[in-house]
Amino acid sequence: MLRFLLRRLLSGVLVLWLISVFTFGLFFVAPTDVPRLICGRLCTQVQIDLITKQLGLDQPILVQYWHFLERLFHGDLGYSYYNSESVNTLIASALPVTISLAIGAAVLWLVGGVSIGVVSAVKPRSFLDRSGTILALIGLSMPSFLIGILLLYFLFFLLTTHGMAWFPPSGYVSISSDPLEWAHHLVLPWCALAFITAATYIRLTRNQMLEVLGEDYIRTAKSKGIARRRVTVRHALRAALTPVVTQFGIDLATLLGGAIVTEQIFGLPGLGRLAVTSVIRQDQPVVIATVLLAAVFIVLANIVVDLLYAVLDPRVRLT
Amino acid sequence: MSADMTADSGAGPADTVDAARSTAPAGGGTSAAEPSSGAIEGRSPWQLAWLLLRRDKAAMISLGFIVFISLVAALAPLLAHLIGYGPTDQDRTNGITVDGLPVGPSSAHWFGTDNLGRDILVRVIYGTQVSLLVGVASTLLAVAMGVLVGLAAGYFGSVVDTVLSRAMDVVLSFPFLLFAIALVSIYGSGLGISVFVIAFFTWAAVGRIVRGQTLSIREKEYIEAARSLGAGDLRIMFVDVLPNLLAPVIVYTTLLIPIAIVFEATLSFLGLGVVPPTPTWGNMLSDSQDFYQVAWWFPFFPGLALLLTTLAFNLLGDGVRDALDPRAGRLFQD
Repeated sequence: MLRFLLRRLLSGVLVLWLISVFTFGLFFVAPTDVPRLICGRLCTQVQIDLITKQLGLDQPILVQYWHFLERLFHGDLGYSYYNSESVNTLIASALPVTISLAIGAAVLWLVGGVSIGVVSAVKPRSFLDRSGTILALIGLSMPSFLIGILLLYFLFFLLTTHGMAWFPPSGYVSISSDPLEWAHHLVLPWCALAFITAATYIRLTRNQMLEVLGEDYIRTAKSKGIARRRVTVRHALRAALTPVVTQFGIDLATLLGGAIVTEQIFGLPGLGRLAVTSVIRQDQPVVIATVLLAAVFIVLANIVVDLLYAVLDPRVRLT
Repeated sequence: MSADMTADSGAGPADTVDAARSTAPAGGGTSAAEPSSGAIEGRSPWQLAWLLLRRDKAAMISLGFIVFISLVAALAPLLAHLIGYGPTDQDRTNGITVDGLPVGPSSAHWFGTDNLGRDILVRVIYGTQVSLLVGVASTLLAVAMGVLVGLAAGYFGSVVDTVLSRAMDVVLSFPFLLFAIALVSIYGSGLGISVFVIAFFTWAAVGRIVRGQTLSIREKEYIEAARSLGAGDLRIMFVDVLPNLLAPVIVYTTLLIPIAIVFEATLSFLGLGVVPPTPTWGNMLSDSQDFYQVAWWFPFFPGLALLLTTLAFNLLGDGVRDALDPRAGRLFQD
């Protein structure tokens, strides 16, 4: 167990390191004149040289990368080229927004997706099953920005023009200042994200449940006289959930790295939005930080998922 | 997970065993001409799959729709000529109100116009070109890369496998949309770079599946037989192993196309895809964001086109999967 954890952590660090090298190299070879970007058009050559020296851009790439790593290990992600704010501060202010968005949506899609999947599997080919399948198919085919636009049109615009201003179109209120407004502002983005993500869960749960329900031990449990509901939930669902957990870990981690499109559409100042704005401003320190952070989430999620596997399924042994 | 996927390839190899010895192009079904098998009418697994697929109504309707939009894409200039507007023509008389707002559907503009007085029908038609081109081209590129890397990793094993698998892990750990955006912002946006970026972030998923399948096929007796007959590595990989991977690869290809199309539309939507004024469904939807409150048709038609297209590919993909391999479960991770 401990050895497994150690090995996975090491390989995770390796992956992250490769990603950092790749990202750094990519931006280094990018045809961007950083000092000119910072200083503006009216800059003298002296100023440009000064900035170049300050940022260490005159040094060879390996030295620059080394300094970057050094700072990283001290927990310092550097400073924005755009407004020289600390990247740590920028990320710290964007992270709660993204976490709020991701967790709320995750609860919705997990509960929604899994329960629809279970209902579909218990009564295959029923009306509910077919509706679930169609819902999943639409969710799977729907681009996230399209569902965002649809929700805004129907639940914000149409309702508001008919005098029912139930949902705000955009903005974020922190949970500490007003929990109710926090949820109120996040309902639409939650639904948008949950709808497209739940599709995978409906399908996955349905397929897994169908498979498990056909196994011998389920028949045994039924013939022992255990109530149907209990067999479905306790015996079948638990076994069926393992791949769902894997998928969930990866989806949640991806979202924590920033829900780029959804944050954009609903005007939420989260990591995804931060990333896109910095990409457009060519603000490399911020971009590198957001890419790395998102990758950290994914790598960690993979490890956690493997550990959970062993907890959920006693047959799995970690070596 | 990969253990139960190996079961499906059991259908294929039977005819590849003799394929390896006698009829070289058989088993693959890559060429249109099926081997004619004498007096008894034999049906290859591919013919059986086609028969199954033909019975799947949803899949056939989807296939019809896909053929239809492919024609629309191919004939876009002709259609635009018939309609009477180019994709970037601004109709300043009928296409825009005095306040500079889009005009709704009418006999002059069936789908209405956008905020610059451009005909939405013509633009949706032209958008089909970009979506299909990027969707199909990037998928083919990704599948080719995934198959090559996955085959090599699974077949050679040991160090090759370790290095290639780690590479796939890295790609799969990338926050890909974010990274795609970063790439595009540095190197400029356009059709080619969209294709490349999408392929770059989807090949690893194919690679993983191919690697898993190759690992199990490698141990089969007919591979040993081929080797004892003196077949080289390349021949075994491409003649003996690859045909048995075709079923999952084909399924994955059909299911990857809608993902690529959505990916392209997302890039366009974020302003990082094909450069305007070239119409794409994504950038039309992006333009419509400020106008949806006064012009429902502006987001509606490109959105509908996009949704129907991805739906059709997904339905076809499901059908193909059921036909080729009823037991294969989930194929995509994302």
